[in-house]
Amino acid sequence: MALGDSIRNSQVWKSIFRHPAPRDRRNRIVVMLTNVFLHLHPVSVRKSGIALSYTWCMGGITFFLFLVETVTGVLLMFYYRPTLEHAYNDILSLRDVATLGILRELHRWGAHAMVISIWLHMYRVFLTGSYKPPREFNWGVGVILLVLTLLLSFTGYLLPWDQLAIWAITVGSNMARATPILGHEGPGAKFLQIGGVELIHSGSDARFLLLGGRFVGETALLRFYVLHCVAIPLAVGLLIAVHFWRVRKDGGISGAL
Amino acid sequence: MHEGHLSDSMQTGLGVYYFLVALMNLGFAAYFHYHKNDRNQALIWSAVAALFAGHGLAYLAHRGWILPEGFKNSVNYVMGPTTYFVAAVAGLAAFLYWRRFFTEPVVAWTILQVGLLFSGWAMTDYTFQQIITKPDNVPIVMLIFSVGFFTWLPMRQAVINDDRLARGEPPMEKLEEEKVLVWPDLVYTELICMVICTVGLVIWAVALKAPLEQPASSSRIPNPSKAPWYFLGLQEMLVYFDPWMAGVVLPTFIIIGLIAIPYIDFNQKGNGYFTFTQRSFSVSTFLFGFVVLWVVLIVLGTFLRGPNWNFFGPFEPWDPHKSVPLNNVNLSDYFWLMGFGQAMEGMGWFWRELPGIVLILVYLLALPPLLAKTFMRSYFIKMGFIRFFILVTLIQFMMLLPIKMVLRWTINLKYIVFIPEAFFNI
Repeated sequence: MALGDSIRNSQVWKSIFRHPAPRDRRNRIVVMLTNVFLHLHPVSVRKSGIALSYTWCMGGITFFLFLVETVTGVLLMFYYRPTLEHAYNDILSLRDVATLGILRELHRWGAHAMVISIWLHMYRVFLTGSYKPPREFNWGVGVILLVLTLLLSFTGYLLPWDQLAIWAITVGSNMARATPILGHEGPGAKFLQIGGVELIHSGSDARFLLLGGRFVGETALLRFYVLHCVAIPLAVGLLIAVHFWRVRKDGGISGAL
Repeated sequence: MHEGHLSDSMQTGLGVYYFLVALMNLGFAAYFHYHKNDRNQALIWSAVAALFAGHGLAYLAHRGWILPEGFKNSVNYVMGPTTYFVAAVAGLAAFLYWRRFFTEPVVAWTILQVGLLFSGWAMTDYTFQQIITKPDNVPIVMLIFSVGFFTWLPMRQAVINDDRLARGEPPMEKLEEEKVLVWPDLVYTELICMVICTVGLVIWAVALKAPLEQPASSSRIPNPSKAPWYFLGLQEMLVYFDPWMAGVVLPTFIIIGLIAIPYIDFNQKGNGYFTFTQRSFSVSTFLFGFVVLWVVLIVLGTFLRGPNWNFFGPFEPWDPHKSVPLNNVNLSDYFWLMGFGQAMEGMGWFWRELPGIVLILVYLLALPPLLAKTFMRSYFIKMGFIRFFILVTLIQFMMLLPIKMVLRWTINLKYIVFIPEAFFNI
């Protein structure tokens, strides 16, 4: 008792938490207001709003999995070089040599689970009508986050640089060359020409933009790596902030009016 | 391991699986016995538990029971893209129509147990095993069960709420209006949830290695070449549409349509609680789009599409040389060749494809005002021109897929509009 009390009364402890343990009503309120992570939450919520049968906790699980992906992803970046020479072998050595050999498994299964949990979150939000006013805008933000999650998963799929990766991405990215107007096999692309010179060809269309080449090769690997590790996570992080902020500003977890 | 024989480790795994399912049923029986004082139900589910336990013992003793060939052949024979998709649509319609019956816990539990029993039986088939135990296909199994559960759960609550609303009572969500402090009520839920997810993820990661195939090679093309599983619904659309539709236009409409939902749903009821009757149109449409056109097609693409994207029954070996007759015909052939007996050589693409173009234009432009005047008149009045037009257009684009499917199955239609000169095929 004495030790616990002396820790809680120490200058260090007080400098971090600024108030006594959240054991009474006042301090349970204060803890939510003084902690930067906890203050994403309101101080109090309707009991029905946080029932598991209502929220399924799927939004929270999606966010948690995003954090898992971030942490394991950063660790994986220490081991992995996105070049034709190294990519596959780095994954091999990650599997066979590196300690803590389940990093890639955590990352891959977490990604699969995140795709499922974000769908289920959206499913729940739809079935409770929670997209209705005043939450219309936040539903839209959520849809963009859904698309970005799928793109994160898609760009990550290429990185192991095995047969599974390259052909899944080939099948997926082949769609881009059929983009109307902007793909060289898309409807309307033929009309974009000046003096008989086609502007949209296999070296200048949407697919080329995505892959940095005419096929899934080294430039595609680099592009997908940068998109996967930097560009999309930044966008997702930003939109998650907006999403959470708007959950609060639009009245918290939805509930019967 | 070869066909018709079960490896020892697979048998042990199946034995453990059956015992787990037996335990589940014992739990369900105990719930009826102690909680509900319902002796009959307790007896029934104890008997079911015994059935599963019997299976478990047999497999732990390595008896090597497998599905009879006749059964597997008849399942393969019945299964096809048509029967599979039609059964899914009919299943959803039946579920929604008889939702009171299907969401009864005992009924839902029975369906789950039948599903688990069949899954166990199916695992004794070599082909099925090969597909389902691919590490990247494990999420699909999770997806099937979680979407099933999370379709039952909200519909169950909706049925209860709808009864309450009909009696003039507020929905259940309204009953617990009092506020609770986030610390401890919510933060502890979150903490427990994180712990459970972490444990689950670590177990999954230890038990199952992430797949790593041969190094990438641009010359060895695997057959089938499949997109990541969450895009397999889109890849399935490639059977019916060209890439510019299946891969670009329709996905774009999915995204735009999802974002548009809150702005076209003028129904103010059903905000913040589960209900079906108050939102029957929007819930049915969403369920059709998500469960049937998305999840069911992913399952189809994962388990039932093999080499050359041909359809294979669940127990049918993936034979890369399976030949499927390609006798699909364009609408222009139907119109000019068969309708008028006129050869199409020398015809410009405009005249050749005019029937299809007119058909598409009528579908997209004439149908909305027609609906506004007839079936959806009340919607039109409440929504106004722009909202109504957007709603109908979005639904029309969603329905393009099932319409094209039915046309393919019934009259072998390949393209409605076929202008290969401009890559414009619909």
